[in-house]
Amino acid sequence: MDFLVNLLPSGLAHHAPALVIVIPLVAAAVAALMPNGRLGWIVAMVTASLVAFFSLVVLGLVLSDGLISYHMGGWEPPYGIELRVDALNAVVLALVGVMGLLCVIFALPSVGDEIEEGKQALFYSAFLVALAGLLGVTITGDAFNVFVFLEISSISTYTIIAMGAGKDRRALTASYNYLILGTIGATFFVIGVGFLYMATGSLNMADIGQILQEQGHNRVTQAAFAFIVVGLGLKAAMFPLHVWLPNAYAFAPNFVTAFLASTATKVAFYALIRFLFSVFHPDVAFVELSFTWVFAAVGVIAMMVASSQAIFQTDARRLLAYSSVAQVGYMMLGLGMGTAAGLSAGILHLINHAIMKGALFMALGAFALHFGVRQIRDLNGLGRTMPASAGAFTIVGLSLVGVPLTIGFTSKWYLITAALERGWWWAVAALIISSLMALAYVARMLSAIWMESPPEHHAAKPAARHAPYMVLVPMGILAFANLYFFFHADVLVGLAEAAANAVTGGH
Amino acid sequence: MLDIILERFNYIPIIILMMTGLYVVIATGNLVKRLVGLSLFQTSVFLLYITIGKVFGGQPPILDGAHHGDEEGSHGAGYAAAGHGEAGGDHAAADSHAEPAADAHAGDHAAEAVEHASDYAAGADAAHHASEVLYSNPLPHVLILTAIVVGVATLAVGLALVVRIREAYGTIEDDGLNAADYNRETGGSE
Repeated sequence: MDFLVNLLPSGLAHHAPALVIVIPLVAAAVAALMPNGRLGWIVAMVTASLVAFFSLVVLGLVLSDGLISYHMGGWEPPYGIELRVDALNAVVLALVGVMGLLCVIFALPSVGDEIEEGKQALFYSAFLVALAGLLGVTITGDAFNVFVFLEISSISTYTIIAMGAGKDRRALTASYNYLILGTIGATFFVIGVGFLYMATGSLNMADIGQILQEQGHNRVTQAAFAFIVVGLGLKAAMFPLHVWLPNAYAFAPNFVTAFLASTATKVAFYALIRFLFSVFHPDVAFVELSFTWVFAAVGVIAMMVASSQAIFQTDARRLLAYSSVAQVGYMMLGLGMGTAAGLSAGILHLINHAIMKGALFMALGAFALHFGVRQIRDLNGLGRTMPASAGAFTIVGLSLVGVPLTIGFTSKWYLITAALERGWWWAVAALIISSLMALAYVARMLSAIWMESPPEHHAAKPAARHAPYMVLVPMGILAFANLYFFFHADVLVGLAEAAANAVTGGH
Repeated sequence: MLDIILERFNYIPIIILMMTGLYVVIATGNLVKRLVGLSLFQTSVFLLYITIGKVFGGQPPILDGAHHGDEEGSHGAGYAAAGHGEAGGDHAAADSHAEPAADAHAGDHAAEAVEHASDYAAGADAAHHASEVLYSNPLPHVLILTAIVVGVATLAVGLALVVRIREAYGTIEDDGLNAADYNRETGGSE
């Protein structure tokens, strides 16, 4: 990615970490002033392109030069706020940037269909605030700053989820419930940060980590650990703190679901890794215990319970939402192995799952655009009426199951290898059973798409044979990525390993 | 036992408020009341932060640049607070201002400075030796100003949602909302 860095004057590249947050925050205000949705979309599109570009620049810089420490306002850490980027958050940052861009391309037709014209510009404004918040959580090195950005992204997310009320009023209650639980989670997190501040007198995460290693742990830091894990676990939809997620995903506008599914829970999961490995050290006894008895255990239960719940859903997006909870379980299991191999498998699955779910929700968005598809029975016969979108959906659906030739297989392979290295046969069994359940729920949707004959009203719309190019292009890119990165697995695996080594030190 | 509790008396109202707030969120079926509970819960955390910024006998943290003694006092306060294990963050501000002043002071009264230095190392009562002035830790206040803004924004969005829910459903009780959704899904009458 050096060519990206070389495009910029060196002064600007130096400020890339700050620009990644500042650009969407400023653009959000600009978007809010736009008189109509199309201009709002153009602002969002330009912003998302710049964000994707700068996040890739940051990734390039980190991969070539190592850790970036950017001092906000010139104040030295640990007193000032530091933006601290190592390989782990550079990868997540680039993921959020790129997925944000692809989702915005998809937004123009989808948002135009689902949200009334007068509110579209404000909708894009709220989306940009959410994007800025997620990027901020990813890039900052300050514990209290994580809370602030988490809330910036959450509050704007509540509003854009509620915008689904135009199609289904249950979006309102889903958003309200998410607000209540999300705020409880964020407050738990901030209690934990307060305890850490009491114990160490610092808010800089790297500094806290160092002080804790020097002075050791006590009851205060243990309480802080518990509060932070619960708070971030809620945001990351860690089982059993996931109850807000299925309804939020099912009733939000399609664009919002695609964006959230591929970024929001991923960022919270990153923050969890950061706290477990950089602030608390994985060698500390109670942290080590929590790996096996909390994260791995919760991960396996999530894989089982959420997958089996997914099988019995009738709403297509709710089904995929439960599947998301199960996939978070895979990542938690990888994290819970506590080894560099396990963590890198978890991060690889994080990247792959973002690519898969982004594409799947976009495909459902494409179906919804023409035929108002929400339930699984509405999928009937779409293989004949919309073959391109149905084809992309099929490829990615198989990837979700973990069929060979797709990236879903790659990350499951790495998870199983890491589990075997650790001697965890039960985890391997859980992975395989959960994959079979995934086969069951994906097959339900695929059989409706390909086996059933289309209902009569499809024939009334012969012009709708394929979705608009604004939908097909990002969806096609993601579906292609699902195949491409199987054959060129070293790209993503390399990134995931670099990310894991950045926090574990490679052991 | 009583001593331990009395030493930490500031935590008692915080815990009561926190538990009350959380209980209200869980127990009530009314959406507005639930937001009230949520606000109570958040406010208890504000109190938690504010009380850990308090240094006993401390003044409002406003530096008076005219007096060396004051600045040195703030230096001592920083260390004393860190010694308490509760509020070390303010050595940020204290250090940056106090270092040059302390150096000048050392030039004038070397012996006294050495005595002070040993006090700093000991940590505990440095502030009392240095001067009368002892400052509270301002950083938690700054943090909580931000958190209050976040809390207000959350409450505003929450209330706006309740208004929209009331328009769409005609009720703000959990039972009514569930019944309405259930009836619609099963095709029954509302």
